[in-house]
Amino acid sequence: MSPKTLYDKIWDAHLVDEAEDGSSLLYIDRHLVHEVTSPQAFEGLRMTGRKVRNPQNTIAVPDHNVPTTPDRVDGIKNEESRIQVEALDRNAQDFGVNYYPVSDIRQGIVHIVGPEQGWTLPGMTVVCGDSHTATHGAFGALAHGIGTSEVEHVLATQTLIQQKSKNMKVEITGKLRPGVTAKDITMAVIGATGTAGGTGHVIEYCGEAIRELSMEGRMTVCNMAIEGGARAGLIAPDEKTFDYVKGRPHAPKGAQWEAALAWWKTLYSDPDAHWDKVVTIRGEDIAPLVTWGTSPEDVLPITANVPAPEDFTGGKVDAARRALEYMGLTAGQPLSDVEIDTVFIGSCTNGRIEDLRAAAKVLKGKKVKEGLRAMIVPGSGLVRAQAEEEGLAEIFTEAGFEWRLAGCSMCLAMNPDQLAPGERCAATSNRNFEGRQGRGGRTHLMSPAMAAAAAVTGKLTDVREMM
Amino acid sequence: MQKFDKLTGIAAPMPLINVDTDMIIPKQFLKTIKRSGLGVNLFDEMRYDGDGAEIPDFVLNKPQYREAEILVTGDNFGCGSSREHAPWALLDFGIRCVIAPSFADIFYNNCFKNGILPIALPQEQVDILMKDAEKGANARMDIDLEAQTITTSDGEVVRFDIDPFRKHCLINGLDDIALTLEKAPAIDAFEARAAAARPWV
Repeated sequence: MSPKTLYDKIWDAHLVDEAEDGSSLLYIDRHLVHEVTSPQAFEGLRMTGRKVRNPQNTIAVPDHNVPTTPDRVDGIKNEESRIQVEALDRNAQDFGVNYYPVSDIRQGIVHIVGPEQGWTLPGMTVVCGDSHTATHGAFGALAHGIGTSEVEHVLATQTLIQQKSKNMKVEITGKLRPGVTAKDITMAVIGATGTAGGTGHVIEYCGEAIRELSMEGRMTVCNMAIEGGARAGLIAPDEKTFDYVKGRPHAPKGAQWEAALAWWKTLYSDPDAHWDKVVTIRGEDIAPLVTWGTSPEDVLPITANVPAPEDFTGGKVDAARRALEYMGLTAGQPLSDVEIDTVFIGSCTNGRIEDLRAAAKVLKGKKVKEGLRAMIVPGSGLVRAQAEEEGLAEIFTEAGFEWRLAGCSMCLAMNPDQLAPGERCAATSNRNFEGRQGRGGRTHLMSPAMAAAAAVTGKLTDVREMM
Repeated sequence: MQKFDKLTGIAAPMPLINVDTDMIIPKQFLKTIKRSGLGVNLFDEMRYDGDGAEIPDFVLNKPQYREAEILVTGDNFGCGSSREHAPWALLDFGIRCVIAPSFADIFYNNCFKNGILPIALPQEQVDILMKDAEKGANARMDIDLEAQTITTSDGEVVRFDIDPFRKHCLINGLDDIALTLEKAPAIDAFEARAAAARPWV
């Protein structure tokens, strides 16, 4: 048998049908659903009289629109948001899919809830009408975002029409230096390859620095595969993966666990498998990073200066000029001089318990800079409860952070958590696009520890100076 | 789905790289539970100022491009969020074809589900088409999907590649779900095999 990559193995195990023209029908094990990209799909089913083929493998949770302030128990004030969440309530009920409503403590960001509840398992195919579905690749699952037409297709058929992607290996060798995190790894990769570097590929992350990461860190890395252009990112499962999965509500048990484990242990890329593209980065070379522009590829070490448009070539010259103007930055200005107005810690990239622990470690006994708005939005109700149990919530509130309820919040600002024009934010989310966090808002992406450090000083800060 | 075979229309030039789906349709318009009506908010934050007034410099606000049906643009068009509201907004505005050196995967795929033809071409050829588009409303391009050609207003012919299955679906306006449901026996058989091999799923 010819050697295979991990992606090849999962693909082969899910192939239902292969047409002569190269288009394939791929079986989908788990379909995650949220309120923004699903209403038109459910409506399509109603109009054609179709059913959800496998409601037991379909998991829905509202996250994008839900307010994160305590008054949400009284209902969602924004009418359109409320209608969209109510539509999901109704669709989940009518079509009989698994559902975690706003009132359920397990509610949260779909990509945090899936792994937390044990829905995401190694070797699975996982899709969701959301580009950050790549997160689930941390378990060695083939997971990627789809559009609403495809959501409808998966609901109706439990399959997806796919063309096979190419294989790309991203190896992070050696060890990370102090103050450098999973977020810095994933940003460093995008900085090196560009936002289209992974287009048409599935990335497998490997190397010592990846193996050393916890499952939560691995989720952060895979989450931003899409920001590098790859629909999916993967990490081969290992003992850490199995330990994380074991005992979760929807993980296999007893004899099924043993059978699953036996198969999961075969899920790795064969030593001489073919790679269409290989990128290698030394872990020691990665510094704590921040973005300066309006594309996730605009990354620099916190110790660097804002670049000039002339530092680039091709279409990037104009793009950098536009970005600097939008961001209100001047070429040559030290990044560590850039003052911020707001700090947002949360999102499917960095809204898990370890992210909150990292932020709390920096914030313990410190205060948020006067005049700064700072909020922490846990990724799920269970993350929130855990943080309260560990005393992290107290550290945050004493420092002057708002301690919110779970949701996507200011990562994409569909709920009331938004930036005003010109407002500058240190954010642990995944996109610094123009207007992403609110029209005219300025986003700098970074790790939770870096965002916490920025909250204390009021400017972009090298967290290593506070360690 | 609306068929796509031939199109003769005005091409609008948008020489920006990395146009993301947040730019194409900002999140405040994703609260709809319908597919239609998004055209007025296409490129909203580039097209209107904070008070909702049109920004005259923006390409689709210029008189010669208000009826554009083709968009010629830069690398990595449609990157970011998977929102299908992006092709819905383009279609609702009247754009049926987007030409760029490269597209983000999810956006590219979403176009085909909505009768929009995304054409990826080498940068040199996009440059030729961009120049043609810059001539304004008189620069009508002809797009022939069957022949896989674009003809500029000067009569220059540019050939493009497209996946045969996607071409077939677009020309015939085929509904993917109906096509797949014809393969229900294969899905049933797969599920039976998978239940034996991976009963924990």
